[in-house]
Amino acid sequence: MSDTLLSVQGVETYYGNIRALAGVDVEVKKGEIACLIGANGAGKSTLMMTICGSPQARTGSVIFEGRDITRMPTHEIARLRIAQSPEGRRIFPRMTVYENLQMGASLDNLKYFNEDVEKIYTLFPRLKERQAQRGGTLSGGEQQMLSIGRALMARPKLLLLDEPSLGLAPLIVKQIFDAIKVLNQEQGLTVFLVEQNAFAALKLSDRAYVMVNGKVTMRGTGKELLANPEVRAAYLEGGRH
Amino acid sequence: MEYFIQQLVNGLTLGSIYGLIAIGYTMVYGIIGMINFAHGDIFMLGGFAALIIFLVITSIFVGLPVVILLLIMMAAAMLTAALWNWTIEKVAYRPLRGSFRLAPLITAIGMSITLSNFIQVTQGPRNKPIPPLVSSVYNVFGISIALKQIIIVLLTVILLTVFWYIVNKTSLGRAQRATEQDRKMAALLGIDVDRTISITFIMGAGLAAVAGTMYLMYYGVAVFSDGFIPGVKAFTAAVLGGIGSLPGAVIGGLLIGLIESLWSAYFTIDYKDVATFSILAIVLIFKPSGILGRPEVEKV
Repeated sequence: MSDTLLSVQGVETYYGNIRALAGVDVEVKKGEIACLIGANGAGKSTLMMTICGSPQARTGSVIFEGRDITRMPTHEIARLRIAQSPEGRRIFPRMTVYENLQMGASLDNLKYFNEDVEKIYTLFPRLKERQAQRGGTLSGGEQQMLSIGRALMARPKLLLLDEPSLGLAPLIVKQIFDAIKVLNQEQGLTVFLVEQNAFAALKLSDRAYVMVNGKVTMRGTGKELLANPEVRAAYLEGGRH
Repeated sequence: MEYFIQQLVNGLTLGSIYGLIAIGYTMVYGIIGMINFAHGDIFMLGGFAALIIFLVITSIFVGLPVVILLLIMMAAAMLTAALWNWTIEKVAYRPLRGSFRLAPLITAIGMSITLSNFIQVTQGPRNKPIPPLVSSVYNVFGISIALKQIIIVLLTVILLTVFWYIVNKTSLGRAQRATEQDRKMAALLGIDVDRTISITFIMGAGLAAVAGTMYLMYYGVAVFSDGFIPGVKAFTAAVLGGIGSLPGAVIGGLLIGLIESLWSAYFTIDYKDVATFSILAIVLIFKPSGILGRPEVEKV
């Protein structure tokens, strides 16, 4: 549990002249679930995309498995087995569910596709029913499942999930969080997730970060942050707990 | 009736050539949303490459079978055209990706002028003739069908099938469609977007080069200005068929070829282009996305 898989050091990212990340330090260790919580516009999704090199960090560095990937092109970062289910899900709308999953398995040229797709269908049976349907015609929840499924098809070492619960019914949220937990516990998958649903995310996480205005302001284990009065006041009060 | 069918045959032949060129327009538009106006000149360039290799080969080897000769010509044309289109994309279009939409369009027009002037200067402004390669003509119920017409139509059908298969059934095609639909997401999944776009330009150029070779074989001449009118017609075909759609490009091409030859046959040849573009205008008024264009029903 002590090997560092991903380490983000002093990263600053800009959109034009606007600074979205103002020196972020984050660490994710092998086999754990880490989460990043924070309000809208805090820079959470920007951090996720910066890890994947799109946009690239202006200063600071992103280290993955001891390798500096800050200036690597996005597709090469993906080939190191960092898979992302990004903000807005980004399903290919005019491809079928099946083809979207095939896209996820591009790295291995579909070598493990048949066995992996069965696992995804077991995890999200809904996708199997919809496999011939175009991505753009799915409901939001189905798209979310597809987006996560597509990321998993890459056999990732690190899975980045950007707001997997966004806009979903509570039952489906629970289903998705359960799935993340199973993947982590049974397959040792390392997960780094961004969430607005702070309660569920913190409960699940070994390590947690709070982001405000492009900076990490608090860090600790999920339990510590759950108990922290400041976190409770800002992100949890009014939620279920 | 015989006259009508005869014109139909001629129209289909011409339309097949337009269709082959149109596929290149449509694929490039599909993947980067840009009209490669130099594509018509790539077609012309392909014709010249075929002509030059023909002259070189026939002066070294005498009495090569025509099939071999045509295959060599096509290969040379495809290689040259692909190299040019690849280079143009890399040096002229890629740096402007992400710039405002008019920038690559203006550059493409510049590239078109550059290419046709380059050929005009290096090959001369006059028509370059080529001896007839395929001259058999069959008479079927009073309609004469030239072997070269059969070759052109057949080749178009085969190439369309192959390309349709590549785009819809292979991993390269999936990567192309993914790049078209969401470039950033494609990169997140490990697709080398730049490479995919390059390959698309190469594929389009290959088809334009085949069309160029066929055009040369059909009409027996090559001239530097040949890129413009067939290029514009093929672009029209792509729009008419629904830009972004492969079968649409060929259907559009066939339609334009048919309109052109039938109009010339029954009305006046002077106004054939007016007829073609009028029909384009009418179709676009009633169906702006073209014949096979996709209706935009997407959940965002």
